[in-house]
Amino acid sequence: MDKLKKLTKMKLFLPVFCMFLVLCVNMIYDASTGKPFYSFFQVGITNGLLSGRLVNILNRGSEVAILAIGMTLVVSASAGTDISVGSVMALCAAVCCRLLAGAAAPKATELAVPLIVGVLAAIGMGCICGAFNGGLVAYLGIQPMVATLILWTAARAIGLLVCDNLIVYVRNDTFGMIGGFVGFFPTPIIIAAVCILVVSIVLKKSAMGMYVQSVGINKSASRIAGLNSKRMIFICYLLCGVCAAIAGVVAASRITSADSNNIGLNLELDAILAVAIGGNSLGGGKFNLAGSIIGAYTIQAITTTMYNMGVSSAVAPVFKAVVVIIIVAIQAPPVKAFFRKRSAKRASLKSGKEAAAA
Amino acid sequence: MEDGVVLTMRGISMTFPGVKALDNVDFTLRKGEIHALMGENGAGKSTLIKCLTGINDFEAGEIHVDGVEGPVKNHSTSDAQKVGVSTVYQEVNLCPNLSVAENLYIGREPLTPMHTIDRRAMNRKAKELTERLKINVDVTQNLENYSLAIQQMIAIARAVDMECKVLILDEPTSSLDDSEVEKLFGMMRDLKAQGVGIIFVTHFLEQVYAVCDRITVLRNGQLVGEYPIAELPRVKLVAAMMGKDFDDLAEIKPEGFEAHADAPVVIDAKGLSHKGTIKPFDLVLHKGEVIGLTGLLGSGRSELARTIYGADKAQTGTLKVKGEEVKISHPIGAIHLGMGLLPDDRKAEGIIGDLSVRENIILALQARQGMFKQMSRAKQEELADKYIDILQIKTASKETPVSQLSGGNQQKVILARWLATDPDFLILDEPTRGIDVGTKTEIQKLIIQLAGEGKSIMFISSEIEEMLRTCNRMAVLRDGAKVGELDGDLTQERVMAAIAGGADNG
Repeated sequence: MDKLKKLTKMKLFLPVFCMFLVLCVNMIYDASTGKPFYSFFQVGITNGLLSGRLVNILNRGSEVAILAIGMTLVVSASAGTDISVGSVMALCAAVCCRLLAGAAAPKATELAVPLIVGVLAAIGMGCICGAFNGGLVAYLGIQPMVATLILWTAARAIGLLVCDNLIVYVRNDTFGMIGGFVGFFPTPIIIAAVCILVVSIVLKKSAMGMYVQSVGINKSASRIAGLNSKRMIFICYLLCGVCAAIAGVVAASRITSADSNNIGLNLELDAILAVAIGGNSLGGGKFNLAGSIIGAYTIQAITTTMYNMGVSSAVAPVFKAVVVIIIVAIQAPPVKAFFRKRSAKRASLKSGKEAAAA
Repeated sequence: MEDGVVLTMRGISMTFPGVKALDNVDFTLRKGEIHALMGENGAGKSTLIKCLTGINDFEAGEIHVDGVEGPVKNHSTSDAQKVGVSTVYQEVNLCPNLSVAENLYIGREPLTPMHTIDRRAMNRKAKELTERLKINVDVTQNLENYSLAIQQMIAIARAVDMECKVLILDEPTSSLDDSEVEKLFGMMRDLKAQGVGIIFVTHFLEQVYAVCDRITVLRNGQLVGEYPIAELPRVKLVAAMMGKDFDDLAEIKPEGFEAHADAPVVIDAKGLSHKGTIKPFDLVLHKGEVIGLTGLLGSGRSELARTIYGADKAQTGTLKVKGEEVKISHPIGAIHLGMGLLPDDRKAEGIIGDLSVRENIILALQARQGMFKQMSRAKQEELADKYIDILQIKTASKETPVSQLSGGNQQKVILARWLATDPDFLILDEPTRGIDVGTKTEIQKLIIQLAGEGKSIMFISSEIEEMLRTCNRMAVLRDGAKVGELDGDLTQERVMAAIAGGADNG
């Protein structure tokens, strides 16, 4: 009983619990359709590539997971969201593909420049976008939603401009590998894991986590205590831009083209949702990166589950919304307080009975 | 309910994680009475009041309010206002970006027949109210344009204007100067004559004896007793609060604690200024010296200190620290030069509420070391333990969010933050505001001790008495300018005369 209590009090309990619920729904559905209940977790090799629903979720959820890293920092430090990440993804993808395609655009099969140049250019573009957002928010004091709204509308259009209003294809195996497979293993999973690992190590080994939270909780007090609050907020937006660039390159490689109209479409909302599902307050301050990551994969798990159940992609958002409402409501303070009170009442009733018996 | 009683609280109990905040506390308030609620930091005064106003959800006990059937259980401050309980808190809880009139009538705005806000009526009523209470403000201006003292008075005006039977004043005077305090007392006596019961929470003993009829004392979440004012002389009150005899007027300045004119100069400011807050000033501070900044609220005391520290960037003049000319554009620059600033507004500029006591303590030291040189967890905990012990910070654990601590303990945490950086020059801006007598004396002793260790201290306080007890020298400020310095034999009369602009301010 005590162990259970300890478990439910842990910060990550709810995000993990939500993920677990989604998995349970899968297992019950599988069992009811006559498949073995564990088929969700089955991992196999099809055509020499790793496959299975779990692998699929981890693979497809990579972009949102990468975005969620940057979004978590932005939310924590500035108590606002960066709604431009989806568009920035498209822009960075466009820059990358345009460079790689070179003169052969819009349909290239050979890389005009080394792959690394394209990727670095995309990351550079992400930095510029992040710096633009960060500058507006940190140094000019513009509200995050308004500041990032600019690139939310503009970045996608700039992406189209870069590609002369065309979809630039780069049908090249080396480039395709980023969003495809290394040997039999899906590359996006590796990229997401590396991003998460790098940021986690930086947060653990430096005082950055405390700085970000401190600035997010009380900007002026942090300044008096010697932190450069503005620069800290700027850095968070910059990192968010870099995350968007990485996600953009992965997304472009998946479809071996820079489709500015569709890459990262509405993904900023998934990223924000991931942060919220992870149990982080959108009001800034304390954050929990692991929660956001779990949140990101939970969102993907919901989507995949829905397709698996044969829900058509047009109506899937409705069911997704229902699930999200439930997940977010479970974590809402009044609901938590309700459950706490009920368990306290039960405990006092129980002890009362014991006392009466004795 | 007995005749003449407006409020009874019986057997109130409440637990915070790890701390029993209130244990079976009773409280009775009569009509037309000013009732002081006294106790040290963490004694449970604020918690008891929050139980009454619905901010805290108490676990056991009953509250009865005159004219309301059955026990009252408030779930929000608006519930409390409905039964006639209004509160003004220690820290101003108003919206700085709204106008004075909007702040006064927020949530109960006068409406036009179209159900829109009738701004003309609202401004007129606000003007009448502020004039009646002799608060000199333009009600259409944003609240942030006024000093903390005026903001506090607006908060009180708002509470007074609501039909209230019970008015709670939680440390209302801690940011007011003497004339403003007197004005407030006038306001309180008027209300008392109208039959309002007033609960007055303060750390200023003189004020208790100036206006109160009755005192209830709490200690460690328990009721010590309720006394008519005549039966509890000052010394006994302090004894009741602390649970031991205590002489809060003891001389703490040791023999030979004199000015250090020949000691090395630590701070040498020439013509420093910040536009709109402080006019150019010169100031010299020696090693091991305690300098007091005195003057009325808004005279530029805090602003002078902030300009040296770089919290407000100096626009003119030169600053030499230990003989070397420096330019400080951010507080971190000042920290690297061995400075520290404990700001006067604890809530807005002091604590990082959701971070733990440990993180709050190590923050400035970590900032000085730089982001990528994180202190080891063991080192952090060692520091936190050390200062929790030295300063006797009352907290459930070092991982408790600092916002859960009482005001005085939060102040100690910020003090610990600076002591951890081992500063050469420490600016303490109102370090004793809203803090109980025992802790005040502790902080004063600490200042003397730090100066003895060779640190230079700049001490700002509204209480002249405590400055007299700790400072070697005083700088006098008036209307945003440094107008003089006092040294030698400091007396209350000389300081008062200097503040007022008398002759003795060479």
